[in-house]
Amino acid sequence: MKVSLFITCLIDTFQPNVGKATVEILERLGCEVSFPTSQVCCGQPAYNSGYVTEAKQAAKNMIQTFEHVEYVVTPSGSCATMFHEYPHIFKGDVQWEERAKRLAEKTYELTQFIVEVLKVTDVGARLKGKATYHTSCHMTRLLDVKEAPFTLLSNVRELEVEQLPNAQNCCGFGGTFSVKMMPISEQMVDEKVESVEQTGADYLISADCGCLMNIGGRIERLGKSARVLHIAEVLNSR
Amino acid sequence: MSMKISDKKFNERIDKGIQDSTMREAVSTAQERLYTRRLAASEELGNWEEWRDLGEQIRQHTLENLDYYLMQLSENVTKRGGHVFFAKTKEDAAQYIKEVAEKKQAKKVVKSKSMVTEEIEMNKTLEGIGCEVIESDLGEYILQVDDHEPPSHIVAPALHMKKEQIRDVFQEKLGYGKSEDPYEMTKFVRKILREKFLEAEIGVTGCNFAVANTGSICLVTNEGNADLVTAIPKTQIAVMGMERLVPTMEELDVLVGLLCRSAVGQKLTSYITTVGPKYEEEADGPEEFHLVIVDNGRSEILGSEFQQVLQCIRCAACINVCPVYRHVGGHSYGSIYPGPIGAVLSPLLGGYDDYKELPYASSLCAACTDACPVKIPLHELLLKHRQVIVEKEGRAPLAEKLAMKMFGMGASSAALYKLGTKMAPTAMMPIVSGDRVSKGVGPLKNWTEIREFPAPSKERFRDWFDDHKKGGGK
Repeated sequence: MKVSLFITCLIDTFQPNVGKATVEILERLGCEVSFPTSQVCCGQPAYNSGYVTEAKQAAKNMIQTFEHVEYVVTPSGSCATMFHEYPHIFKGDVQWEERAKRLAEKTYELTQFIVEVLKVTDVGARLKGKATYHTSCHMTRLLDVKEAPFTLLSNVRELEVEQLPNAQNCCGFGGTFSVKMMPISEQMVDEKVESVEQTGADYLISADCGCLMNIGGRIERLGKSARVLHIAEVLNSR
Repeated sequence: MSMKISDKKFNERIDKGIQDSTMREAVSTAQERLYTRRLAASEELGNWEEWRDLGEQIRQHTLENLDYYLMQLSENVTKRGGHVFFAKTKEDAAQYIKEVAEKKQAKKVVKSKSMVTEEIEMNKTLEGIGCEVIESDLGEYILQVDDHEPPSHIVAPALHMKKEQIRDVFQEKLGYGKSEDPYEMTKFVRKILREKFLEAEIGVTGCNFAVANTGSICLVTNEGNADLVTAIPKTQIAVMGMERLVPTMEELDVLVGLLCRSAVGQKLTSYITTVGPKYEEEADGPEEFHLVIVDNGRSEILGSEFQQVLQCIRCAACINVCPVYRHVGGHSYGSIYPGPIGAVLSPLLGGYDDYKELPYASSLCAACTDACPVKIPLHELLLKHRQVIVEKEGRAPLAEKLAMKMFGMGASSAALYKLGTKMAPTAMMPIVSGDRVSKGVGPLKNWTEIREFPAPSKERFRDWFDDHKKGGGK
């Protein structure tokens, strides 16, 4: 199966390890992975701040970049959601709406792709320790991917997954919200860090690098011990 | 009390909210309780998503035919002997009610809970002509006794208070001498309110839903206070937002079910009553009935890109799941309408001058959209506000505008983007220590105030992938 990677700007620039893990998992599952180098950012930071014109510039580039591929897979629930938002952004635009729709239809978040398309529920991973999982908002509520990460995690050998209290609450990232509304964001991430601590987990796992940078950055600042891991890193560990 | 409840700046209000640990404890406890109850109630009903679809359809149909149904409602209320007044502004509404009170030479008014009467500042207007106005909803009564504290929640106005605080308020203001046991406190208030119900010349209610084809007003409470407000005083005034109606009892049935389950996790609240002008053959009922239909900016929203906000049935489910509301509390919004619904509605009814920050006080987590029983896309409407603020109002800060311009350029040109990310490690070198940034500048400053930021990786993913394909990268 041919898979085209949408790696996201955060992973490209700050967390290349997550990208590497994603490639290795997909290749191990028999996918032929490509990386179209004209990909840039999906436009979400601009879109969520109200700059639709700028967001559309980014979106058009992405639509063109992935126009002729079979599947688009991304290790980010939030960025996948943004691709799914494109048809809505270009609604009524005769030149772009249909193309946006075609892109949205073939775009999958990584765990969703593994479970729904590849029909794999055990990727053969092994990680010793206790973990808890942060359900990122866009992935859970807007992309509607709720079960796939848990299905895959439940089959990771030697990994105990503990339910995160108040998992439904946002971690306080929200893109520009994290800096624009810093005092509120601080309260939200503090509560999240406390919830992680309550579980006694060694690892906090999530499928979105934005959330992980936020929670992980706060954990580090507070000198707490839990380590944040992207789910791709967990699924790629042996 | 008007819609605006504070003259403080947004940031000051937020800080005050965050520092109020008692309020925050009360709010988070209430949120968790209401969240669990709402989920249980929707699960028990089954097919929740289909009910939501139906609720949305009913609300949209009503809004699309609002002129027709308002006319029908008005005709039916008039036919039954009631008076109907369409108030264009909040001043018009308050003035009309004042005139009724003057004509009746009323000195005592008792009312049930109603957000729209807050919006039109009815109490202030009536008090201005020497009327005593008594809130009969327990939560509202507590706030009224507590120096007219504004509500912090649209269903549970005193949600921010703990029972010990309420006991203290009663002790100080009313000479209450018993414990903080809710049962004892309620019994105490009940005794006071019973007298007030008997004395009042006018009863004022809000309106959960007006039924167009019968001319009735449906009131939903758990305390039965609205029933006494409508049963005892000889003159009754119902005040409704102009969008709060349903075509027939059949749609009322659906919406009341959604409202009760979403608001408090009950199948139905203890009292669901339909009232209105007295039918000729009826022995009981008000001698005089007035229905005040308040526009106050709503017809401007109708037909606009924000129309869906008028679907709201004021259940507060969005408020009860909002993680921002959880930490800052209702008063921080500076409006009688707090939480996600308030962040959408307040700038529309009250203007951007007072409420331009509210659409940004959301992480766009969409918990609100998910919880709404009539499927208002609340987080999308918040985004719409941001678009209007940036593109139509031109109120965005200059630095942000420039940054976004550059973003637009960078994000549409792979060459520029690649150059930018390649240069990032060098450009950020001065602020990087080890593998992180602890003291950021520019937009990173607020990030690193409270958290670490990762240093850009020396090898980008795209560099690794290139090697990997050539058989080098591991």
